[in-house]
Amino acid sequence: MAHSAQTDHAVHDDHHGAPQSFMQRWVLTTNHKDIGTLYLVFAGLMFFMGGAMAMVIRAELFQPGLQFVDPQFFNSMTTMHALVMIFGGMMPAWVGLANWMIPLQIGAADMALPRMNNFSFWIMPFAFLLLLSTFFTGGGAPAGGWTLYPPLALQAGDSFPMAMFAVHMMGASSIMGSINVIVTIMNMRAPGMTLLRMPLFCWTWLITAYLLILVMPVLAGAVTMLITDHFFGTSFFNAAGGGDPVMYQHIFWFFGHPEVYILILPAFGVVSEILPTFSRKPLFGYESMVYATASIGFLSFIVWAHHMFTVGMPLAGELFFMLTTMLIAVPTGVKVFNWSATMWKGSITFEPPMLFAISFLFLFTMGGFSGLMLAIAPADFQYHDTYFVVAHFHYVLVPGSLFAIIGGVYYWLPKWSGHMYNMTLAKWHFWLSAVFVNVLFFPQHFLGLAGMPRRIPDYAVQFADWNMVSSIGAFGFGLSQLIFPYLIWSCVRGGQKATAHVWEGSHGLEWEVDSPAPYHTWAEAPSLALIERGAAH
Amino acid sequence: MLRTHRSLFALVAAVATLGVSQAQAAWTLNMTRGVTSMSGEIYSLHMSMFWACVAIAVFVFGWMIWSLVSFRKSNGAVADTTLVHSTKAEIIWTIIPVLILVVLAVPAARTLIALDDSRGSELTVKVTGYQWKWGYDYIDSGVSYFSTLSRDSNEARQLQSSVDVHTVHQYLRDVDHPLVVPTGTKVRLLLTAQDVIHAWWVPELAIKKDAIPGFVNELWFQIDADKPGLYRGQCVELCGRDHSAMPIVVEAKSPADFKAWLKEQQDAQQQTRLLAAARTG
Repeated sequence: MAHSAQTDHAVHDDHHGAPQSFMQRWVLTTNHKDIGTLYLVFAGLMFFMGGAMAMVIRAELFQPGLQFVDPQFFNSMTTMHALVMIFGGMMPAWVGLANWMIPLQIGAADMALPRMNNFSFWIMPFAFLLLLSTFFTGGGAPAGGWTLYPPLALQAGDSFPMAMFAVHMMGASSIMGSINVIVTIMNMRAPGMTLLRMPLFCWTWLITAYLLILVMPVLAGAVTMLITDHFFGTSFFNAAGGGDPVMYQHIFWFFGHPEVYILILPAFGVVSEILPTFSRKPLFGYESMVYATASIGFLSFIVWAHHMFTVGMPLAGELFFMLTTMLIAVPTGVKVFNWSATMWKGSITFEPPMLFAISFLFLFTMGGFSGLMLAIAPADFQYHDTYFVVAHFHYVLVPGSLFAIIGGVYYWLPKWSGHMYNMTLAKWHFWLSAVFVNVLFFPQHFLGLAGMPRRIPDYAVQFADWNMVSSIGAFGFGLSQLIFPYLIWSCVRGGQKATAHVWEGSHGLEWEVDSPAPYHTWAEAPSLALIERGAAH
Repeated sequence: MLRTHRSLFALVAAVATLGVSQAQAAWTLNMTRGVTSMSGEIYSLHMSMFWACVAIAVFVFGWMIWSLVSFRKSNGAVADTTLVHSTKAEIIWTIIPVLILVVLAVPAARTLIALDDSRGSELTVKVTGYQWKWGYDYIDSGVSYFSTLSRDSNEARQLQSSVDVHTVHQYLRDVDHPLVVPTGTKVRLLLTAQDVIHAWWVPELAIKKDAIPGFVNELWFQIDADKPGLYRGQCVELCGRDHSAMPIVVEAKSPADFKAWLKEQQDAQQQTRLLAAARTG
């Protein structure tokens, strides 16, 4: 049953398996699996780096009054926490999963542009070396918020050009990564793997990749204008020279809103893979899931100014952005209902990937509710730039995107390593994360409604109680995450052998190759029968 | 109807804080109802959104929990693999959310339009954000002054300070000179900034707008005639190192008291100007 259709190739391919030298294998590699691993390891490092910054933030906010850090350093912490988590953690993690899984899922031998794949990875460590080294420059790391709003961002010291160049490098890397995904999906699908037979993870990534290609150049443009304003005396965003600081915000959020969907769409894909597997039932409403994803992608381009309801837009603008933002609830609702219907009348078991996917369903939906509330412009005048917003986007990013990444790793890890991992410990990881993430972020709703602004190192005493609860949740959540690298490490080192199918309900081409997946897979395209069996959505 | 909602919310809130010290009043859970007619309207919008979300959550989460309980493999559940698509269900769960949204959008749009209408204001104050204080100019009467963090708070907020912030009066929420406005009067603020972007917010007045260098933004409020008092807020747009140390205090006085206060300020500032002129002259 678990016998691999690829065994013959695997045996053959082992003759030119992984290169033996470290340099050949990990630095010069063009293999999608190795590059995927590099991306994931890099993302893991960055998650802990950004997490450490979050611990500093929550330690300072544990009590009112300044205890540990200077306000300027605190502002650097919030700024860098966001930049590191978004560009160093989330995005590389998704690219890593895409690298590993897309060729396996569509029956391709590798990514379409393997050398560019290597290049787009190796830009990242240097970009982050540059970004993180700003801590040692005069004036410290960027402290004007990850949105880099001028004029404040232009007050930065020597960190400014370094951070800007780092953002440019990440952008270049992301664009190359997305071109690779698009070209791979468009050209490398095995014969018979039609677009509407692709697993949803490939679909969501395809749409994500288009979003990335459309918006990363916009960010690059905004950043370039900041650079010329700072160094060459232009006045794009300087009102005294005839420029417009609000224009920066429009440009930034034209990038920024699709960007947040870039972080969540692949999560939709992963959850759409995991839920059917452990419900032992095909995904409900596959096609409407594809269309809903595409609609969300489209809507993401016409809602950006809901991030800036308080800048003083004309009434017509506020009405437009309020109404389009509310519309997003419709395709998102379709997705949530489809996922619920997938579990309905299934035969559900609760392995670690499923636990993370289920908590994604509940907690991402919570983030959706607060998102709907934030869409209401008049009410947003009370929520804007408070902890209510912080709670909202952390609900969609942490138990949303991050839980989907963790769930995806737990789902595919046996396929990558060839070993099963310690299920009990993984369940501990889940329960600790799920409890603490709520202790951490739920009280932040109350703080925001009570009037606590975001991005402050010190606060009025009326906010003290919930801040303490939130900080306790943060320390618990941070510590619980240490289980994760330990578990991955021990799973890679050894453990019970995994079968090709790994999970009882698994379906799709990635489960038709051996575990661990041989160094080269699908050198010969999978048969139509295999494709049809895997694509029985 | 509304009252049952309110008591239900109080119940939810009480359950949420159960087991936690009841002695402290600071475990605030919800948005303030505020002291203007618009803030009351925004509060009701917020609450109707909240209850709409609760209703949807009960339905969606109920459905999920039902599945998780009833269709467990360990309970002997067998998957119905034919249940993969239903056009009827998908149309229903597209249309119903659209209808809910329309119902929510109408009052929201109405409030938004009302908030935008600053016509008929009787007092205009220009508000300027600086790193890190606020400047207030009563345009028609020539009174102007800065409003900075109170000295107590400023001492207590330093990194090496040994002051217990709980002993400070309104820690980080107190200023030397509050913005004084009359109650029952439509007041218009013109917002701008000197250096970077700031944002002016007082939760009880339910208004928040950015103060942007080179631009003038407008907002208005009308504090209920029977609600004189002190209302506190702070800058809500990251504006650099001391962003957390530029509070806003609004002192609402009866129109008569306000008039007296304004006269006093005018005289005082007039005197200062004369003295300065005499000194230089």
